[in-house]
Amino acid sequence: MNQGKFIERVLLFLALSAIGCLALITIFIFKEGMPLIWHTGLKDFLFSSHWAPTKGYFGIGAMIISSLLVTLGALVLGVPLALACAIVLAEFSPPRLKTILKPTLELLAGIPSVVYGFLGVIWLVPLIRDHLGGPGLSLLAGAIILGIMILPTVISISIDALDAVPDLYRDGSIALGATQWQTVRRVVVPAASSGIVTAVILGMGRAVGETMAVIMVAGNALKIPTSVLDPVRTLTSNIALELGYASGRHREALFATGIVLFVIIMILNLSATLITRRR
Amino acid sequence: MRLDPRISQTLAKTVLWAFTGITLMILLFIIVNIAVKGLPQLTPQFLSHNPEDMGRAGGIFSCIVATVYITVLAIVLASPLGVGTAIYLTEYTLESRITRVIRFGAECLAGVPSIILGLFGFVLFVMKLGFGWSVLSGGLTLAIMVLPTIIRTSEEAIKAVPQEYRQVCLSLGLSQWQTVTRIVLPSALPGITTGIMLSVGRSIGETAVLLFTAGAALRTPLSLFDSGRTMAVHFYILAREGLSMPNAYGTAAILVISILLINLTAYTLMQRLMKRYS
Amino acid sequence: MGHLRQIGYGRENCEQRQAAAPLEVSRRRRPGRGGLLGRPALIALAALLVALASGCGSEPGAPGAAPAGGRPLCIAGSTSVEPFLEKLAELYMREHRGARIDVQGGGSSAGVYAAHQGAADLGSCSRELTEGEKGLVEIPIAYDGIAVIVHPSNPMTDISLEKLRQIYQGTMTDWRSLSLPPHSIDLITREEGSGTRNAFEELVMGEHEITPGALVQDSNGAVRELVSTDPYSIGYISLGLVDPSVKALSINGVKPDPDNIKNHSYKLVRRFLLISRLAPTGQAKAFIDFILSPQGQKILEQEGLVGISE
Repeated sequence: MNQGKFIERVLLFLALSAIGCLALITIFIFKEGMPLIWHTGLKDFLFSSHWAPTKGYFGIGAMIISSLLVTLGALVLGVPLALACAIVLAEFSPPRLKTILKPTLELLAGIPSVVYGFLGVIWLVPLIRDHLGGPGLSLLAGAIILGIMILPTVISISIDALDAVPDLYRDGSIALGATQWQTVRRVVVPAASSGIVTAVILGMGRAVGETMAVIMVAGNALKIPTSVLDPVRTLTSNIALELGYASGRHREALFATGIVLFVIIMILNLSATLITRRR
Repeated sequence: MRLDPRISQTLAKTVLWAFTGITLMILLFIIVNIAVKGLPQLTPQFLSHNPEDMGRAGGIFSCIVATVYITVLAIVLASPLGVGTAIYLTEYTLESRITRVIRFGAECLAGVPSIILGLFGFVLFVMKLGFGWSVLSGGLTLAIMVLPTIIRTSEEAIKAVPQEYRQVCLSLGLSQWQTVTRIVLPSALPGITTGIMLSVGRSIGETAVLLFTAGAALRTPLSLFDSGRTMAVHFYILAREGLSMPNAYGTAAILVISILLINLTAYTLMQRLMKRYS
Repeated sequence: MGHLRQIGYGRENCEQRQAAAPLEVSRRRRPGRGGLLGRPALIALAALLVALASGCGSEPGAPGAAPAGGRPLCIAGSTSVEPFLEKLAELYMREHRGARIDVQGGGSSAGVYAAHQGAADLGSCSRELTEGEKGLVEIPIAYDGIAVIVHPSNPMTDISLEKLRQIYQGTMTDWRSLSLPPHSIDLITREEGSGTRNAFEELVMGEHEITPGALVQDSNGAVRELVSTDPYSIGYISLGLVDPSVKALSINGVKPDPDNIKNHSYKLVRRFLLISRLAPTGQAKAFIDFILSPQGQKILEQEGLVGISE
């Protein structure tokens, strides 16, 4: 049956091409970015906050801090809301509400980030500027917008995690005399914890990688923020602002920033895999 | 001070429902805002005329064409590659270190920030290969962006086909390829299509990648080498430069509607798939 | 039973297939082989990839082909020049059916880079070329002023160059220093690759740096949009893009308008340039001729620029 062998070869070719493409990108990014890291030194690259590429200073420290702070802020603001929503929909709400709301939330995950950014600029930024101070374009605005953006993802996956907990656990707990809330708090949520943590990590990954919304609302200033009302520039925003004209060492620096982001995402993915595997 | 468990339950439930209410209100606000300000803009003229005066007037026809063109190109490139890879990984190889590494690699690349892919696409396709800002550069870069997702969802769908089906086929004497094409693929098709539709939805909303690879030309792209701005890019430019609020909202509305429709289709397909196997 | 035989079942077909198929079935059971051709193929492909990636990475891009008959004319670069080029292109394409011109933004440095690499046929630039860029052909098309803008509610109408520099240096951070109600100044600048920013740095900042704490926006329109919504902001944009949503300040008493640019009293002026790697030919040349023609120059003047012949 030569046809079978032929098909198999074709599929192998397709698979290798696909994997080849993915590998090509990774190799390309590392190949372009590593020379700069050798040139500047890993310590200076990561920890110096002096970013002046036209003058030869490639310190992304300020931007790493900004990215981390914005993501942290997004998690602090978004995860409690998302968890509350997930618990309510999975445990406390009538099933009909859940069947309506859960798909709606998943659909909302598809709204493009530029739309969030736009609404943030129109509604959120003036609110912050007029009531809290500062220019409005700030770390806080970025964190709030990102927090809202990760809500659908975290809620959806958390609901799946909570649903996966067998009813046996709940029944056992109630049989022992616990209230529903005690059951949820002490039995269901801990049982679903690996799934919930995965959800949070995925949300974190999305927040770290977000570009457009952040460029629109965070202000893009090159300083380390001293308050939540200060404007910040994240790693992703920096790449977007400069990639059009960067050449030579400057472009290498942007790829090096890409490597840093890649490594961060890889660490997040690894932790998610490890956590789910342990359970 | 220990609270009576019933009181703490009421307290907890109140807080949780309040948070849920806030969450839903925020998300509702977003949708309603876009709908109220954007839907009135979606007249036939808006959808059939090109932007004029840098987008202050006119419609978004060229943007719609560009969006369809680039998305179709990306999907046409990525789907055979992705589904073929998934078939090969699940059907023709055994679970080994290599396949796990490949899968992990695909997962990582699925999470890579899109701006890095934009950087890659810009440097490789626009600059080094000389395609310039074009549908081709944009489509190729988008294809790379959705490839991991298609591989992953296709793999899941193919794996979900019960092993018994394959065993029956082999016991009946079908070759592996026949098993795959006649039984496995058709059963996995809803799942695969869901993955492809989700990728389509993601491509339509993608801005960072396309701004730097497909550019922002206002004309309707005709050839592969023409530049064109997708709806998302057009929306970004309108919003950022404050050129026309009504048009911005209109573009946002049609963007959100298309994505919602596509995700809805994907979701319905997934429901059908689950029903078939439960 | 007949139809089943047709589609391949039945004992005879079965045996036939078994004869041909066994290798495939047993191969599935052999452990340790990652793929059919397995390791050698993967290694070969990996080697090919690395070679490809390094090939792409090391040599500079081949000079882009001159605009062939089929490809549209691509002009990329300055966001200051972009709207004017758009308008000119719109008119040109209306008068010359079949002409196709695409205008991209990205900033002056991006435009120069794109022209140099051949990704764009022409680059647009709102600053002078640097030493490293001098090998390119530059075609001036207009003069444009840089306007310093504030929110319309801001009572200021004039600012001295010295004070402007202090604000942008970060030494003056509160409107109080300018005899206005105390509030921090929301300072807005462009990204580093912007021609407007480079021109501003040359004309206003001199040796000093713009403070890193300034808000950064990536186009003229974005700066204007931000200033028009923030009462405590100050920014700079192309004079030709000022509209009633913002207020342009006089510098040292001189109002920013085309007349003051022509009589050289308004100092913040820069040229708009079109950049090409080689002398422009074909569609590029035709379009440039159109821009430099009296008709094209008149359009630019109507939009608020100053013609190049002034």
